[in-house]
Amino acid sequence: MQIYLPIAEMSVNIFLLIGLGGLVGILSGMFGVGGGFLMTPLLFFIGIPPAVAVATEANQIVASSFSGVLAHVKKRTVDFKMGTVLLLGGLLGAAAGVQVFKYLKEIGQVDLLITLSYVVFLGMIGSLMFIESLGAIRRSKRSAPPKKIKRHTWIHGLPLKMRFRTSNLYISAIPPFVVGALVGILAAIMGVGGGFIMVPAMIYVLGMPTKVVIGTSLFQIIFVTAFTTMMHATQNYTVDAVLALLLLIGGVIGAQIGTRIGVKMKAEQLRILLAIMVLGVCLKLGLDLVLTPSELFSIGTGGH
Amino acid sequence: MARGGTDMRIIFLIISLISSTVAGAQETVVSELSQDGVSITATFDGSEIFLFGAIKREAPVNAAAGQLDVIIEVSGPPTETLVRQKERKVIIWVNAASVEMDRAPSYYSIAATGPLEELVTESERSLRNLGLDYAVRVANPEDEDFREAVIRIHQRNGTYTTEVTPVKLTEETLFTTKLAMPVNVVEGEYTVKTMLVRDQRVISTSTSTITVRKTGAEKWLYDLAHEQAFIYGLLSLAVALLAGWTASEIFRRVRG
Repeated sequence: MQIYLPIAEMSVNIFLLIGLGGLVGILSGMFGVGGGFLMTPLLFFIGIPPAVAVATEANQIVASSFSGVLAHVKKRTVDFKMGTVLLLGGLLGAAAGVQVFKYLKEIGQVDLLITLSYVVFLGMIGSLMFIESLGAIRRSKRSAPPKKIKRHTWIHGLPLKMRFRTSNLYISAIPPFVVGALVGILAAIMGVGGGFIMVPAMIYVLGMPTKVVIGTSLFQIIFVTAFTTMMHATQNYTVDAVLALLLLIGGVIGAQIGTRIGVKMKAEQLRILLAIMVLGVCLKLGLDLVLTPSELFSIGTGGH
Repeated sequence: MARGGTDMRIIFLIISLISSTVAGAQETVVSELSQDGVSITATFDGSEIFLFGAIKREAPVNAAAGQLDVIIEVSGPPTETLVRQKERKVIIWVNAASVEMDRAPSYYSIAATGPLEELVTESERSLRNLGLDYAVRVANPEDEDFREAVIRIHQRNGTYTTEVTPVKLTEETLFTTKLAMPVNVVEGEYTVKTMLVRDQRVISTSTSTITVRKTGAEKWLYDLAHEQAFIYGLLSLAVALLAGWTASEIFRRVRG
């Protein structure tokens, strides 16, 4: 059954959209990522204009993250204080990101920016996670006691120290603010929640316990993507409510299933699976940039 | 835009009057569409419009008269078209050169009783911008690659037809054809120009328009998104939060 999307101005199969939403929703719930890094490229592949895909995806992530965070609030695995610091950075980053997006759209380089951002970030994060989780699995197989790393790095020398009780941390507010801002920029430019970069950054840079990482990142993502949705809706008119609704019907159901699968799996297994997926998307997008495209020309609606 | 359209119509009216006098024929064409509007609704997946026409004669045609043909040109509202060309920079492909099209309709199709090149002379086609090679133009002849790309991309999207749609002409008097509007048409006024051709020259034309509009929920959402963007944004968020909460509640009750 075909449905016409009012803002994207095209007709798409309704079940394809719900299916995509569901699939990405399951992954989103399992890994605590918004799933946007998979959904946005998938939307490009089915022909949704990039500007619409990015803005609409932000709206859809609001729904799946909200659905996910409620489960974490009940389990008390959300660090609200840390989440708020991340969020303040996130709002600043998103505001800047939307402006960059707008500018690059005008000069016709927004697709390149989006793809390059994906390749760079996914490649970096994916390889880091893959190597790390592989190491972790090897260690647990040798049944050696896990290294208790109490790192004292440059991060601990920064001012503005705060106590984050839920995360059991006493660190400067600057690193989480910067992590939040970086994620905010990505949210606006790539149409992602940014969980795929925030989750590793929270674990490896901030040193947060794995248990609270997912809930806290979802908490930040809800507000940053909600803000991004409003920015895109009012400045670029690119939020397609019908597309978002169909994606989120599949997405919220998938996220619930995914959260339950995630609880049953070991953290190392989860991370290695996520790493493989991240690297897969990275490779596909990278090849698209390097291989000679079948059509060298593209029609834009004008840069005015 | 509306003004330009009227001017064009007046010009064509004059042209057709002149050409009919020159041809000296008392043949005029009349045509009617099965519908003059296309509504884009949620379930819109293209539309088919029938065109019926007849040839009026004040006197019988003499036996020496040349071949009679009918050409129907459908042209969508022109859009500002910027074409970009990718170039390899170091190892990656990036958008480099770009060219603004002089003229490019958003939709273009030809229905006729035969191949366009055989039905009318080159000068007629040039005069009336008939056929893709005249309807799509770039200002600079060096940008021919870009012009071809526009045609190619539109043809792949189905917004420019590759082949001439057949027109059924009965007894040199009645004709009918089916105009297919693809799913990805843009909103606006589509000009349908019916041309009567005798001896490779257009002797009479008749113009009508098809208005393509979003209607119902589609129109409401589109208008809200553009005119009340802030409210639309809040509405989108409200729907998202409600859906997220509903799913969470349902699953909590189902699985405890």
